[in-house]
Amino acid sequence: MSDEDQGILWEVFIQVKAGRPFKHVGSLHAYDKEMAMKAARDLYTRRNEGNGIWIVKAENIISSDINDGESFFDPSNDKIYRHPTFYKIPDGVKHI
Amino acid sequence: MNDKIFDYCLRIGDSSLILSHRIGEYCSKAPILEEDLAITNVGLDLLGQAESFLNYAAELKGNTTADELTFKRKEKDFRCLHLVQTPNIDFAFILTRQFLIDCYHQTLFNQLINSQDERISGISKKAIKEINYHLKRSTEWILRLGLGTDHSNQRLQNAVNELWMYTDELFIDNETDIKMDKLNIGPLSSSLKNPWEQLVTSTLRSASIEVPEANLYSLQYGKNGFHTEYLGYILAEMQHLPLLYPDASW
Repeated sequence: MSDEDQGILWEVFIQVKAGRPFKHVGSLHAYDKEMAMKAARDLYTRRNEGNGIWIVKAENIISSDINDGESFFDPSNDKIYRHPTFYKIPDGVKHI
Repeated sequence: MNDKIFDYCLRIGDSSLILSHRIGEYCSKAPILEEDLAITNVGLDLLGQAESFLNYAAELKGNTTADELTFKRKEKDFRCLHLVQTPNIDFAFILTRQFLIDCYHQTLFNQLINSQDERISGISKKAIKEINYHLKRSTEWILRLGLGTDHSNQRLQNAVNELWMYTDELFIDNETDIKMDKLNIGPLSSSLKNPWEQLVTSTLRSASIEVPEANLYSLQYGKNGFHTEYLGYILAEMQHLPLLYPDASW
């Protein structure tokens, strides 16, 4: 192991409280799962940021190619009929 | 009676204080950034525990404060264990020292949460949560280094061999222990030896580390006010500023 070897790269997701979505908060280096979990706790939850942690190996995340942006995302911009903005929302409905 | 509770609080508070100072010395020097933050977090927990015990000690003594006890006491009036005074030789030493102390803290605080002294049981109930985490963390590192490479195993074994001589002090009873036991405030130190040994040996064996033989090494102990040659240097650095500028504030 060289001095530069800091282990595997992991991505960390925190849940603020039960039922809420896990949100990406950052990444860290660790050699194994247990160490990644402890490091995530020490780096990201020491100030009441949440009480649930998910960790994923960065290499296991499949991401879109930033160079494909035009063909991937632009086509939806000019199709306003895809956005359901024409509906009236009843007063009792929340969280929309 | 208050004298002995005072002495007991100093022993626990001073040990956490000096260990947190040693960990503070290591800040920015850990092998990786994540570890640097993790170990200094442990140091902060220990400093908090030290503050709680020294606040109580200051109240028992009267006319003083935790800060004064920390920054204006002489070496012979400190009651910290020898183990926490040992220097930061390398990562294996730092971790081994932490692991041995974490095991000790867990066995001790599991008793202190039932202390007849409400203040001590209150502090301990808060501290035991932190201590359980510290022990999980250091146990994982012992396994990781012990079962890692031949080289990491050798470095860890070396640290265990070198630090083992400081562990007999943890289980020596002095007058304070006997008094605390009598008042149901704290356990006899000697009663912690078996649970501690079980905890330590099971992890070390799982990590392929040989457990050194238990021997009586020392005749002088930190809990009685007799210290290693290291403590003077630690205090010189720790107390330097308040001694030079007694009323300095920020």
